[in-house]
Order: sequence, then structure tokens, then C-alpha cells
Amino acid sequence: MRTYWFTEDAYPDLPPQEEYESIRVNLPNSNFDPERGHELYNWYLDMWCMAESYGLDIMNNEHHQTATCMVPAAPLMMSILARETSKARLLILGNPISNRRNPIRVAEEMALIDVISKGRLECGFVRGVPYEAAPANRTAHRGSQRLWEAHDMIMKAWTTHDGPFNYEGRWFQSRQINIWPRPYQQPAPPVWVTMGGRSSTTPVAKHKHVGAVFLAGYPRIREIFDGYREDYLEMHGEHAPFDRLAYLGLVFVGENEAKAREGAEKLLWYMSANKVPGYWSNPPGYHPPQIAAQIMKGARGGSGVPLTATLDDQMARGNVFAGTPDQVYEQIKNFWEYSGGFGNMLMMGQAGFVTHEETETSMKLYSEEVFPRLKELEASTTPAEAWEKSKAMEKRENVPLDGFALEFVR
Amino acid sequence: MSAKTETIELPVGEITVTRKGSGPQLLLLHGGGGSIADHPVTDKLAEKFEVIAPTHPGFNGTKVPDHFDGMPELVHFYLDVLDALEIDNAVLMGISMGGWLAVELASINCARFSKVILVDAVGVKVGGPTDRDIVDVFGIPPDEATKLMYHDPANARDMSTLSDDALAAVAGNRIALGLYTWEPYMHNPKLPQRLHRVTAPTLFLWGESDGLVTTDYGKAYAALIPGAKFVTIPEAGHSPYAEQTERFVSEVFAFTD
Repeated sequence: MRTYWFTEDAYPDLPPQEEYESIRVNLPNSNFDPERGHELYNWYLDMWCMAESYGLDIMNNEHHQTATCMVPAAPLMMSILARETSKARLLILGNPISNRRNPIRVAEEMALIDVISKGRLECGFVRGVPYEAAPANRTAHRGSQRLWEAHDMIMKAWTTHDGPFNYEGRWFQSRQINIWPRPYQQPAPPVWVTMGGRSSTTPVAKHKHVGAVFLAGYPRIREIFDGYREDYLEMHGEHAPFDRLAYLGLVFVGENEAKAREGAEKLLWYMSANKVPGYWSNPPGYHPPQIAAQIMKGARGGSGVPLTATLDDQMARGNVFAGTPDQVYEQIKNFWEYSGGFGNMLMMGQAGFVTHEETETSMKLYSEEVFPRLKELEASTTPAEAWEKSKAMEKRENVPLDGFALEFVR
Repeated sequence: MSAKTETIELPVGEITVTRKGSGPQLLLLHGGGGSIADHPVTDKLAEKFEVIAPTHPGFNGTKVPDHFDGMPELVHFYLDVLDALEIDNAVLMGISMGGWLAVELASINCARFSKVILVDAVGVKVGGPTDRDIVDVFGIPPDEATKLMYHDPANARDMSTLSDDALAAVAGNRIALGLYTWEPYMHNPKLPQRLHRVTAPTLFLWGESDGLVTTDYGKAYAALIPGAKFVTIPEAGHSPYAEQTERFVSEVFAFTD
């Protein structure tokens, strides 16, 4: 079991929510004070270094034109961490390669980070959330297909060592590909891809890549994880090892229940601050017509209404794990067993106004009192046993996701 | 008026087309809202023409060929459509996005067309890089789009009363519009250099209150096509055929006399 510590690098110092229409895409950058930004970037870098000091690995990501995430280029932040750290695995989850114009540039950037860090890169690829379509000016149509073509091109660039080759695909064409540097890890850095539903698991399992799921919670985790495990077993004739699956949840551990709740409520900024009108959440070609229609109607997420599910709701759904070390262990253990098991916990440990002190307390308690027990949990069983056990558990469908699934599960 | 709708197989893909009336051909290329073959304006036009109204792939629930990524595929697809529908000496009318398609087709070969009528058409950029010639309909709230598109917003369809299926159809058309117009947004940067090839007499018909593409845009567009006429229709927005049907039809008839 590994734990990747994650923050989105928010810029939380915003005017009252009713004074702006959207936190993404068109929030004027006059709201960004470069002095404050300077502090925040360095603070977040310090936090990731602190995570390494507590024995955790590191995860970052990127978004564009948004105060929810100040990092428009994940590789830039990760290249700093490649130099500043020495032990942690470095997970970028991920590179939005459906929207990036040149996959070879991504292959080069990733190889560079891998070499500087002496082979610590874990390289994620994502389609990207719907509100990325406008900033990228890239159509959402056939985004998943573009992702896999870019993926194939990058994998070939990483693993070809005898001079230039050509790759002339449907969306991406280049005829003299010969990247310098090549990756440190051979044959290639581990690859991660996010999975948003049963339909997205097959290519991930086919390549034996790590399948990562964000905030699907109890209502959807088994559909997705089971899909991956079924595909993996069918295609490779063996059970998917635990380390092929990852789950991202919000985690806050406190010295006592009251402090934990206080911290977790602050962590929920990640969801409650996500005020995005339907027209940014619903770029043509991202959602099928029936779902697009529901967003237009305002009946689902992305209708301009921030997601305000309570902490208790989010905990019941398995999106947030919060409490004392014992409680958090129990919550994650229950979810882990229900899901059939996974080898990578992606811990969103800081968001919004969670302070440095609170973040460190939670990180420390997690790494010292929760994480070791999760490692024991994983070591106590096998993927086949854990899967069988989960299948025997009654399905939990009493926690509807509503728009939440649309916004965050992908 | 009786109409005939059929779906015709093409070398690649298929086209659904509605025909009504008899007389000279009028090929009607619809805009981003989807087919208007059922709109009363087509009955009026059919008093003089055989109105031929195809549905662009993806609109109104029709299939999109796998290789389609944007307008270039649609233009080449329509070369097959023109063959299959035996378009000859037709009045070519294009509305909004359909106007862009019409200009693309006319600039490839105008021989099939007797006249060209462009209704609140998009397709070119007339200003500089930072002039927003065409409002980003995917980047504004729906009610704002309605205000820009209609002279009287009360003429707009009330989305709140639509059934889930009807709303999914609207969403489907919006998806198709995005497929053809996302990037470069609603225009082809190379098109102005081909507009001298639009040799048939051309009329720009423009809703005076159109806020999506203003009359200034329309006039600048018209100036790029040799000899093109520019006529505004008062008290109409982006869809003058809908807001001022009688006036619209009389302008079309006057131009095609």
C-alpha cells in the first residue's frame, strides 16, 4: 500500500461567492494577487516535501483558468519536487493529453522529470474535466479516443531507442520522433489513467496501467473496480494486483473527533467552492445528450450551484474519511473491503483554508497511526480473496451521487 | 403542405432530407438549432420552390460518420449530398452555421447554384484577432444567448416546458453544433481567400437585432463577396425567417425573381 499526498494548490482568497459567476474559466485574474500566489506556491511545495518526510508519496495535477487549482502545468511543479525530494514517488495525475496539442512534448517533459528524480516518476494521463474544454480551446468530442492515441504515441516515444520513428495517427502526426532524454525507468515509467465508469476500464487494464478513481464513493466504486478486475483477469489470466488500483478521497485525521470534523469541514472547500455554471460544465461533446440535457435543465451538477452536500453525506458516500486515527482507519478499511481492495490511497489532505498546522497534524497522524494499519490490511489478504469478500457484501446504493458524479468522477 | 422525408445512403454515411413543393430547387442548409424543415417558412418558400432541406449529420438525432471532426468533413460530405440530391441550378440558402457551409460549397464550385442567400451567416472573421466577431454561444448563460438571438426574447422556445426527450434533442443539436464549429470558432481562416469564387448573385439577409453576429459583421462579410447585396430585416434577430416570416419570404422571392 502506498499513499500519495495531494493538494490541488487552491487560491482560496476570493470575494464572496455570490459576487462572481464562476470560479473557473472566466473569473478575472485581478482576483489573483501575485504576492499571495508567491507565498502559496512555496507553501504548497513545502507541504509536499513535508509529506515525503512523513513517508508519504507525492501527487499533483493541473487545471487551467481556475482558482481551485493554481497549477496550469503539473510538470513544472513536479520538476521542482524532483529536485527537492529524494525518496517519494512523484505522481502526476495527470497530464491532460486529450487537450495537449503535442504528445511528444509530454513524453519529453515526463522523461526529464524521471531522469532528474532518478526514476521516481509515476505518470498519469487524463481526459480532463469538462471545464477544461474552453481554456484548452479543444473540442470535447472524441476526447477519450484522442487520449489513447496520444498515449500510444508517448509510450512508443519512451520505448524507442534506435533513432527516429514516425507516428502518423488520426489526431497526432510526427515523422521524426527521437526523444532526448529517454526515461530513467525501463522500459517506461509506470502509467496511470483515470477511470470514470465501466466503459473506461478496458484499455487501462489491457495495458496493466494503474486505474485511478476519484471520489466515486460507495455508489460507483465496485462498478468501476470490478470492471477493471474482470478485464484484467480476462486479458492477462491472473488477478489484478492491488497496486493496479487507486482511490482518491478527502482525508482528515484529528487528535479528537471535534478537531477532525473541523478540519474536514474546511477540506470540503474543494467541493463547496466549485461554483461553475452549466455552460462551462457542459461543453458540446463531453456528455451524452441525455446528461447534457439534465445539466441544461439545472437538474444535475454543473448548473451553477456549488455542491453543498454535508460532511456526513460525503462521509456516508465514501468520499471523505475523517475522524480520529481509529475512526479513519475503520472508515477506509470498510471502504477498502467493500471496493475489493486497492493498493494506492490518493489522499487529498489539504484544500481551501486548511492551515499548515492542521495539515501537518492530519498528515502526521495518518502516516503514524493509520497508514501502517492499512499496509497490514493489504498484506493480510490477496486480490482474489478481497474481491470475493467484496462480492459477498450487500450493494450500498442508498447514497445517491446526483451531480457529484458528473463533476468529480472521471 | 405535404412533405417527403427520406434517408439516403451515401458513399460514406447517410443524409436525411425533407422535400416539399415544386419548382426550381431551393437547397436549405439549416443552422445550429437543427432542421427547420417543419417550420412554416418552408411552406411559404415551397409555394415557389422545391424546398430541399437536408439535416446535417448529428442534428435531430441523425448519425455522425466516425471520421467527422469538424466543418471540413461536413463540406466534403456535402459534395456527395449535392450529387445524390441532383442539385442543379438551385438557389442555395444557408442559415447561420448553414450559411458557413453554403459559402464553403459555393467557393468550391458555384456551377450548381443559381443564387446564394446567406441568412445571419457565420464562417469568416472580419475583425482583428482580439475582435470578438461572433459571440461564443458556448461561453454565455442560455438566457443571455436568447436575448442576443431574438429581437423579442418572448419568441424563443421556452426550454423549461420541454419534456426530457425534447430537451435531449436540443442538447443533441448543441453537441452537433459544437462538433462543426468549436475550433477555429465558427469560421475558417482560409475562407476569405476563396470568396471571389462565389460567382452566383449573392444576397445577405440579416436580422437587424441579431446580437450573435451583428449587422456590422454581416456587412463586412458581404463586402468580401463581389457584388453581394446586403438587406436587413427589422424587428428580427438571428433567425429572421422565424421572427419575420412574411418579410423574410418576400425578400427571398424578390431576389429570386
